[in-house]
Amino acid sequence: MVAVVRFPGSLDHESAVRAVRGVGGEATYAWHADPQLPDGTRAVIIPGGFSYGDHLRPGAIASRSPIMDAVRRHADAGGLVLGICNGFQVLCEAGLLPGVLRTNATTSFVCRQVELEVLDHDTPFTRELGAAISVPIKNHDGAWFGDPHHARIVFSYGPENPLGSVASAAGVASARGNVLGLMPHPEEAVDPLLGSTDGLGLFAALVRA
Amino acid sequence: MTTPLYRQLGLTDGEFAHIPTLIGRAPTDAELAMFSLMWSEHCSYKHSRRLLRRFPTEGPHVLQGPGENAGAVDVGDGWAIALKIESHNHPSAVEPFEGAATGVGGIVRDILALGARPIALLDSLRFGSLESARSRHLFTRAVAGIGHYGNCIGVPTVGGEVAFDDRYEDSCLVNAMCIGLVRADGILRAAAFGEGNLLVLIGNRTGRDGIGGASILASAELSSDDADKRPSVQVSDPFTERKLMDCCLELAADSAFLALQDLGAAGLTSAACEMAAKGGVGLEIDLDQIPLREGGMAAAEILVSESQERMLGLVAPETLDHVLATCSRWELDASVIGTVTTTGNFTARHHGAIVVDIPASALTDDAPAYDVPRTPASAPTPLELDHIPAPDDLQAAWAELLARPNLASKRWIYQQYDHLVGANTIRRPGGDAAVVRIPGMKRALAITTDCAERHCELDPRGGGRASVFEAARNIACTGALPLAASDCLNFANPEKASTGWRLAEVIEGMSEALEAIAVPVVSGNVSLYNESPERAIYPTPVVGMIGLLDDAGSSVGHALASEGDLVIVLGGGIARLDASEWIGAAHGAPALPNLDGEAALIGFMVSAAREGLWCSAHDISGGGIAITLAESALAGGIGCMVTLPEDRRPDEVLFGESGERIVATCRPTALARLTALAGDVPITVIGSVGGDSVDVHLGGATIRLDLEIARVAYEATLPEAVA
Repeated sequence: MVAVVRFPGSLDHESAVRAVRGVGGEATYAWHADPQLPDGTRAVIIPGGFSYGDHLRPGAIASRSPIMDAVRRHADAGGLVLGICNGFQVLCEAGLLPGVLRTNATTSFVCRQVELEVLDHDTPFTRELGAAISVPIKNHDGAWFGDPHHARIVFSYGPENPLGSVASAAGVASARGNVLGLMPHPEEAVDPLLGSTDGLGLFAALVRA
Repeated sequence: MTTPLYRQLGLTDGEFAHIPTLIGRAPTDAELAMFSLMWSEHCSYKHSRRLLRRFPTEGPHVLQGPGENAGAVDVGDGWAIALKIESHNHPSAVEPFEGAATGVGGIVRDILALGARPIALLDSLRFGSLESARSRHLFTRAVAGIGHYGNCIGVPTVGGEVAFDDRYEDSCLVNAMCIGLVRADGILRAAAFGEGNLLVLIGNRTGRDGIGGASILASAELSSDDADKRPSVQVSDPFTERKLMDCCLELAADSAFLALQDLGAAGLTSAACEMAAKGGVGLEIDLDQIPLREGGMAAAEILVSESQERMLGLVAPETLDHVLATCSRWELDASVIGTVTTTGNFTARHHGAIVVDIPASALTDDAPAYDVPRTPASAPTPLELDHIPAPDDLQAAWAELLARPNLASKRWIYQQYDHLVGANTIRRPGGDAAVVRIPGMKRALAITTDCAERHCELDPRGGGRASVFEAARNIACTGALPLAASDCLNFANPEKASTGWRLAEVIEGMSEALEAIAVPVVSGNVSLYNESPERAIYPTPVVGMIGLLDDAGSSVGHALASEGDLVIVLGGGIARLDASEWIGAAHGAPALPNLDGEAALIGFMVSAAREGLWCSAHDISGGGIAITLAESALAGGIGCMVTLPEDRRPDEVLFGESGERIVATCRPTALARLTALAGDVPITVIGSVGGDSVDVHLGGATIRLDLEIARVAYEATLPEAVA
């Protein structure tokens, strides 16, 4: 069972559920105010959106929700946690991933298709991905800032660096590799009708967890 | 002598004198404030109401026509699509970021009021020339405001259009359209009923923002002291809007609402009066129960505040606890503010005293209605090409035209909008119409907004037709069958006879075209007084249209596809430079669109698409066939070679505009079937797809547009203009 966390202002939770079910998995919602993840949770997705309207800083308020204590325990026990876009911001704010997400170099919201290079195939999420994947980005504060020498950068933009992140980073994992955050949206790259199926492998990995 | 209060509020002497005949006494101050707003042009459509009756509004698919918060049409399998377009012009001219943002918020709540889940947004924008610093400011801030709101509420902004012209220098236009999905048997209406049922106000607290927005801002000409009107612009809170959406849709799914209404122009006054008048009941409202943002607000201020992100639900007493608990879970304020009575009166108490007690119908049904004065303009004079020098270098002229702001890539705009959220966007912005999968269905919608404003200026009847047909062609180019329309009529001051005539003529022309293609108008909005002492806008009747595709996977794009595909021109339109983008102004006499020819072309496009015969299709509009070919080639990353007739001057052939023409491509093997299907629709093979340039053979010469060079100029215009 994959638990998709829902905060006030979450937007991409339904797409995440659809992506999990599309690869044959089971998905359910976890409510932000609950202190526990649903019974039988094997993996967690923190979806995209504008939790708490990005008030204070993107992800800052959501990272202090009751459910995040349960997510932290899940991660500490080695469980898989995938943060997409706002979910990545939440995981950085929660200290589960290194670095922060700063305002894009364009100082504007950017919505477009991008090519990602998969730099690290050794995480539980990325073993089946190809060398490069095509997925959309859509965010205002997606420029990762951190120490590239002490972070596990899993995805990078290439050849251009559309948001101005350090080392062109698009996604980073925890040292153990069981927590992954990325700004691009693999859940919007699981249907040929919408232009790309390159995100399927990530969800297949979650379902097998 | 000071101006009397009623005049400051925008009422005429005659209107003020009429109030006592309706309520039997002089109005209180709170009542006067309510009358001034409800009888404003924005709320009462007093100058347009009689003319709007001309629109065709019925059809077998129509589930909800004009008169509710939005219209709705049946799309099969028990589902309906709600749609509406609305203006937020005057607030955007005063404060473009908040004005445009709250415009998005308002149209989303109109859709929500039907119990429908918003699934797509579009924006139709007009600004002055980008060479004007003020217009650049309005444009960039309006785009930022639309993005801020739409992105944060998670409704994809999938399309729209923008044009720049000096005539919008003082009055920019910001129109927003929203599409929603609702069970056909679950459409909520705004009519109140049932004595003792409760009115629950949900969402933001009520403050002093937006007071008089509908009357002071939206129903008067703009002038140099507009900064003083800034307090009349509302402030946006998209996070609360998203929670309001989630909460109201959850309650609607539980059948917890007996009726639902959005608080928009004129705030609680308009929302509650319409609910009472539609239901033929009375409402008793206790203003002390309304959560306020600040202390010391007068009754009139509470009644007419246009604070955003508020909905008014009608709830049975036994459902109240569930409604309040759900609102609490979504961290939204919710309060019982009134009950349904049988008196037919709108009654409001404040600090224990009755401050308003008037028949609800006096504010709505008894609002004044005027015939607009009409003086026809003289017939336009066709361009005399002898007086217009032909370009020496057609190749350079083509490249220059493609890079003009009205034709250049709009990527700078739509890249700032989340056009993908929800994971249903099949055809992204940049083509003829956006294509969006209907969630949970095999079907998809094509959605567009269009207007032929320069044509409307010269010949309003023809321009009204042209606006409808351009929208319909854009829908048909995706393979979708045009299904329903919503309109936003942006005009200057209707009390001036030349504008009154144009308003009537545009409505007549639009109606003729809508009847020709059997598309009903199910909702709409009117924005008048878009003029300053220096300038009036063109008549700008923006047509929002949706079309239905039975198979979401079968949509047709505008990008050239494969080498060897045939390039075909369809339709009987004859290119002319009158009112064209090449001329760059409303000069000349564009041809009157042919009702039968346009309808036949649209029908042919759709039937051939159902057989899967098109590889691509793109409407010929601004910039003529040269720009259409360039756009399709740039989108596909592959060129084409075509030969055009040399029966007229080369600039007319290349850049001339008309309705009733589409460039399509097909596999060579499909041509025989297409010819058989075409019937009376002219089809001409002009060339084939291939290469990395668009090569046009014309009169023995070859004019070439190199795609890589053209792409740089095409993409650079807007980013450089606003840098």
